[in-house]
Amino acid sequence: MALASVLSGECADFSLDFRQPFGHNCGPGQSGAECDAAPGDSVSFSVKNPMLAGDDDGVERKIEFLHGTTTLAFKFEHGVIVAVDSRATAGSYIASQTVKKVIEINPYLLGTMAGGAADCSFWERLLARQCRIYELRNKERISVAAASKLLANMVYQYKGMGLSMGTMVCGWDKRGPASCTGCCLKMGSLSTCQLIDEVEGAAVGLHHTPLRRQDSAWLYYVDSEGNRVCGDLFAVGSGSMYAYGVMDSGLRQDLTVDEACELGRRAIYQATFRDAYSGGQVNLYHVHSGGWTRISQEDVLMLHQKYRDQA
Amino acid sequence: SNMCCFSDVGIRGKDIVVLGVEKKSVAKLQDERTVRKICALDEHVCMAFAGLTADARIVINRARVECQSHRLTVEDPVTVEYITRYIATLKQRYTQSNGRRPFGISALIVGFDYDGTPRLYQTDPSGTYHAWKANAIGRSAKTVREFLEKNYTDEAIAGDNEAIKLAIKALLEVVQSGGKNIELAVIRRNQPLKSKEIETLVAEIEKEKEEEAEKKKQKKST
Repeated sequence: MALASVLSGECADFSLDFRQPFGHNCGPGQSGAECDAAPGDSVSFSVKNPMLAGDDDGVERKIEFLHGTTTLAFKFEHGVIVAVDSRATAGSYIASQTVKKVIEINPYLLGTMAGGAADCSFWERLLARQCRIYELRNKERISVAAASKLLANMVYQYKGMGLSMGTMVCGWDKRGPASCTGCCLKMGSLSTCQLIDEVEGAAVGLHHTPLRRQDSAWLYYVDSEGNRVCGDLFAVGSGSMYAYGVMDSGLRQDLTVDEACELGRRAIYQATFRDAYSGGQVNLYHVHSGGWTRISQEDVLMLHQKYRDQA
Repeated sequence: SNMCCFSDVGIRGKDIVVLGVEKKSVAKLQDERTVRKICALDEHVCMAFAGLTADARIVINRARVECQSHRLTVEDPVTVEYITRYIATLKQRYTQSNGRRPFGISALIVGFDYDGTPRLYQTDPSGTYHAWKANAIGRSAKTVREFLEKNYTDEAIAGDNEAIKLAIKALLEVVQSGGKNIELAVIRRNQPLKSKEIETLVAEIEKEKEEEAEKKKQKKST
């Protein structure tokens, strides 16, 4: 497999006879325990589900519970906006209000974190290392598609072993839709350009001029189940539903950069307002052709005052 | 015999890359089509080799798998440099392990990168690789390379047909029985590998040579 020699260090050891799930989520075997993470236990962005615990109808539940955070990203005309909260919880204890949930993989790639704090931070730092090795070997930047695929393949090897990670990989690269420089037609996924005779409708000839791939923003959602989805808009975490509501009602393709930033900020704020497991500050990033830029970091309590005064 | 050290030539044009190989004459009862020295590694990359055919088969199989593996994990076709580096790394590994001998082949790898740049690389059994504008491997490679050094000019590769003719002319220098034993393949940008019929081209080249000779005679006589 391509890049197997680089990934071999991260290969899972399949010589174990049994698989121990050691995630934070409550499983069917933990009946009676409500929120049993004592303060000082491992910090996570995940949430104990009080509904699953104490459930004794004996049915094996494999529902992945939502992770205690709100992260979102959406594409618009001028790139990608990434907005996250900064709260980490261990059960109902707020472990930190100042967590950095956006990891800067390299100057043009960002990753967000939701789920287990250690899982996210470890695998994304490993991804940063792989991306750098790719750059050195191939003398060009890694594409966002390849970076997200590396991450997805790495965690897929541990599928079922209790990793908890829901991340969005956002970036800018030169692998956008191709167009033929000979006739400037957009070609989509075709690798050959054909002139179509307007009268006959038959293919007349082939342009042998180079294809030009456009610069483009990309947004991928990758999680520890092995899902990898390309899209225009994602929100991940326990507060994601609140964020979706705000984003869906305000998102237009022709937003200016400031309007898009404000939309992302508002969406996270509304999520922190209603979701107990999200809060702290809103960290905002903008991904564009020159890479990513950190736009702002604002405390949600300040935002609360601001929006209340505006209304 | 399994030796195939006959000459191969590779030429990098502007919008085309050409590989020409000297076929050894087949025995009467042998099915000619089973002897193929030019192999596609992917839609946009192909290679010709000189040396032990059996060793080449192994290398080509690994390279083909690697091309698809790359498409799967990186979602992009390989660049010619990447697959050359892979083949060269493979060859080098066999020069530095016990119980193994090096692959007995040199290879010419041609193709186009996804941004449209044509490329030609050569590897040898030690595992080194270099990029070339035009090169030859195999028997009499030196003679062919000298011919190319004299005749590879910007005009000579200005068009596709010119590049193809240059490849044929280079091989005709060393090939024993003329055009019958030359096999040619071309890749044009955004098109897969194509074998080229060379009888008409060889006839054209012969004609051009005659015309040149005529002109020279006329100059001498006047």
